Amino acid sequence: MSEKTESKAKNNAARPPSFWRRFGMQFGIWGVGIAMWLVFVVTASEAFTSKDIYLAFASSTPLFALMAIPLTLIVITGEIDLSFPSVMALATATFAKIYSGTGNIWLGFLGALIVGTLAGYFNGWLVTYFAIPSLVITIGTGFLFRGIELAWMNGTGVGLTDKELSGVANLLVGRSFFGIANQFWWAVVATIILWFVLNRTQFGAHVFLTGDNKTSAQLMGVNVSRVKRRTFAIMGFFAAFAGLVASFEVSYFWPTLGEGLLMNSIASVFLGGTSVFGGIGTVTGTFVGSFIIGAINAGIVASGINAFYTQVFFGLVIILSVIMQAVISKRIKR
Amino acid sequence: MSSNAPVIQLKNVSKTFGEVRSLSEVNLEIYPGEIVGLLGDNGAGKSTLVKTIMGFHKPDEGGEIWFKGEKITDWSVAKARDLGIETIYQERALCELQPIWRNMFMGREIKNKIGRLDVKKMKSEATRLMSEHMGFTSTAVHPDNAVLTMSGGEKQGVAITRALYFDAELVILDEPTVGLSLSETKKTLDFVQNIKKSGRSAIFIDHNIFHIYPAVDRMIVLDRGKVAGNYKKSEITMDELIESMYRVARTGSIKE
Repeated sequence: MSEKTESKAKNNAARPPSFWRRFGMQFGIWGVGIAMWLVFVVTASEAFTSKDIYLAFASSTPLFALMAIPLTLIVITGEIDLSFPSVMALATATFAKIYSGTGNIWLGFLGALIVGTLAGYFNGWLVTYFAIPSLVITIGTGFLFRGIELAWMNGTGVGLTDKELSGVANLLVGRSFFGIANQFWWAVVATIILWFVLNRTQFGAHVFLTGDNKTSAQLMGVNVSRVKRRTFAIMGFFAAFAGLVASFEVSYFWPTLGEGLLMNSIASVFLGGTSVFGGIGTVTGTFVGSFIIGAINAGIVASGINAFYTQVFFGLVIILSVIMQAVISKRIKR
Repeated sequence: MSSNAPVIQLKNVSKTFGEVRSLSEVNLEIYPGEIVGLLGDNGAGKSTLVKTIMGFHKPDEGGEIWFKGEKITDWSVAKARDLGIETIYQERALCELQPIWRNMFMGREIKNKIGRLDVKKMKSEATRLMSEHMGFTSTAVHPDNAVLTMSGGEKQGVAITRALYFDAELVILDEPTVGLSLSETKKTLDFVQNIKKSGRSAIFIDHNIFHIYPAVDRMIVLDRGKVAGNYKKSEITMDELIESMYRVARTGSIKE
């Protein structure tokens, strides 16, 4: 590497990294997204040129995008959370119980967010205090949270059709601006907030440093355990919120809420260019990634391909995007 | 608090990792404006000592750390850096995927009143410091560039500039010349002299006695976790020092 700097040193004014180096990853993600969209426009032009399919994306994708976005922070620190679908259910169960007990919607809402945040913080505490790999411990807590919720609800669902609930339902999942679902705007808000947190706060800077080189960060006084606990708590908060959104979207709280959303969320994060090794990632990438994942599901069906092929396509896109990540990051190093 | 109080003082500091005792009842003090060389073989406990002074390792029960005549009980890396102790680590302590500016301000990011990071200021300060103090102008030294694109000397430059920026009272250099070219080594040694000129203190660790001896006022020899010798430069010539280092390595004792 030193020879290279030597040879370049002839006209050695400090130069910024090239455009490709800086935004290569982002281009890759958008490239995949646009290429896929073009394929679907050609193969299923009827569906993909009408606005209905886009409105459908706007209502279904945020259900997992809302969790993929905060999950990005955890992955950047080099950890993973597999328990958030259970946190969704546990938090929404809290809402249902408080609401049916007190009749107070906002108390229920607040209770759900608190339970979600605490559940996330508990994950972070286990991971940092006992130094257990999060991949393993969050499988455990996933079962634990789901089990508590199922036992608490006795396995039964709750309808969310009360007249009193229409206000909060409208706020979370109503339709506005040409019929776009409100959860889409919530996902946009989550992206903006977490972009700011990640790029313009000390905590965010420490998220990157923790995932990049834990020991270096500790030597320079970064409290990496606290950083990790906070990312897990943020994850829990958003999982609770997503649980409420997903339940109000169908006006019913299913005790199995969250099942099927895990893989979509994780795939969105990696497709969005967040490094599997930690230290690198963007929430905007995850936002785009989640819509690509959403489009694959719908696009396969609309193209008239047997729905069994969805997973094949799905798998290929994820494998290719991770390979692309590895190739691009190698080029950046050279 | 008298002005003659040591910048940092360790009293009876021991550090045990499991069965291994890396430091054993170490007493040492560094006075203002003093450059102290820390010598010792591999495994003598130099790096452990540095990391204990920095608050990365917590000393065993009974060990005390005093800063400017005051006993500090809640010692941590953040606290040590707040009080003005900066270290240039052997392993550089950089996060290599991150841009230079993030590394330069690692752990002590510049923020405004409401806690929003001032990224623009961090970038401009990083550029200014790297060119003014270290004379780096190569293409890799742009604040947005990831550290892994830089040469070894440039990486060291980031670590040194970082210690310099925060106006440390005490700078610890843990084998700073490892892997550096001749001119980069000279730059580093000049840096040690600048610390002295500005009236601040330093602990200088290096395997190379020819780097240490000319730069320092006092030398502490560490052997198997214990302070084996403590010499003012006026008390010992370089040859005698080398001789006694050999003796320590052979017999574990500094005296004949």
